[in-house]
Amino acid sequence: MSRLAAFGRFWWDFVIGDDWLVAMLVAVAIGATAAFAHSGLTAWWLLPLAVLLVLWLSLRRAIRSV
Amino acid sequence: MSTGNAFLVLSAFLASAVEMVEALTIVLAAGVARGWRSALTGLGAATLALAVVVAALGPALTAIPLDALRLVVGGLLLVFGLQWLRKAILRASGYKALHDEDAAFAHELAEARGAARVERAGLDWYGFTLAFKGVLLEGLEVVFIVLTFGSAQGSISLAAAGAAGALVLVAAVGVAVRAPLARVPENTLKFAVGVMLTTFGIFWATEGAGAHWPGDDASILGVLGFVVLSSFLLVRLLRRERRTQLQTVEIRA
Repeated sequence: MSRLAAFGRFWWDFVIGDDWLVAMLVAVAIGATAAFAHSGLTAWWLLPLAVLLVLWLSLRRAIRSV
Repeated sequence: MSTGNAFLVLSAFLASAVEMVEALTIVLAAGVARGWRSALTGLGAATLALAVVVAALGPALTAIPLDALRLVVGGLLLVFGLQWLRKAILRASGYKALHDEDAAFAHELAEARGAARVERAGLDWYGFTLAFKGVLLEGLEVVFIVLTFGSAQGSISLAAAGAAGALVLVAAVGVAVRAPLARVPENTLKFAVGVMLTTFGIFWATEGAGAHWPGDDASILGVLGFVVLSSFLLVRLLRRERRTQLQTVEIRA
């Protein structure tokens, strides 16, 4: 069980990293882009703006923990 | 070569170079402290394991429909790239210590020298596992980047060529100097890789989600410009904030 937990922990650290909020918000932003695109709306601008916001939020969280 | 392919080779080269510099530091520490035979066997075994991962995953990735692949790969690269970029911005603004390859080498060397000697299969087991784990973990990131970049852009061989170029360069310099590559501007390279991963992540995830970029592949340059500009603005903002914080602490002291 501990080996399985270590395996899961490795992949969590590898992909998600220090801030799970980044992964969650990126998933939400991609979902919103897909929803916009499939409704026939222009959606290319959404992800760059979302990334800027996510980066800013994640930096603030990191600075608070310094 | 198209804009996308040129960025593909450059990104794979830079990302691989950064990871290989770190792997080289670990192998050097294992070799100097525990003997070269164990360290080089660990390096060889890890390289073999990485080759198996590439051989297993490479063909599987090319079988996935391109839009679905770009959606998943774009999302993963974005999460991965934002981790790199966040650390790079924190380092550049003074909130996080700069990565120092000499200090990393000294730390690994001290730990390797202090460990007890256990022989297995005629090898010093600590030296073997240190080199094996180091190369495998750093190499997995290279494999991840090469496979995801290559498959989403439709050319794993181009991404592999970029990574191979980095391997030849780092290995040649490593053999020549037999010391950690402390003069490599690693923090700048990490910043560049974070920017590249984030740029490709935004581009592919948007396309995979069903949206279309004005100007198709050429818009990668626009996304790149946006990510670079945003990153520099954030560095400037945080650097100013950090300076004010330190001045306040000094005045209070």
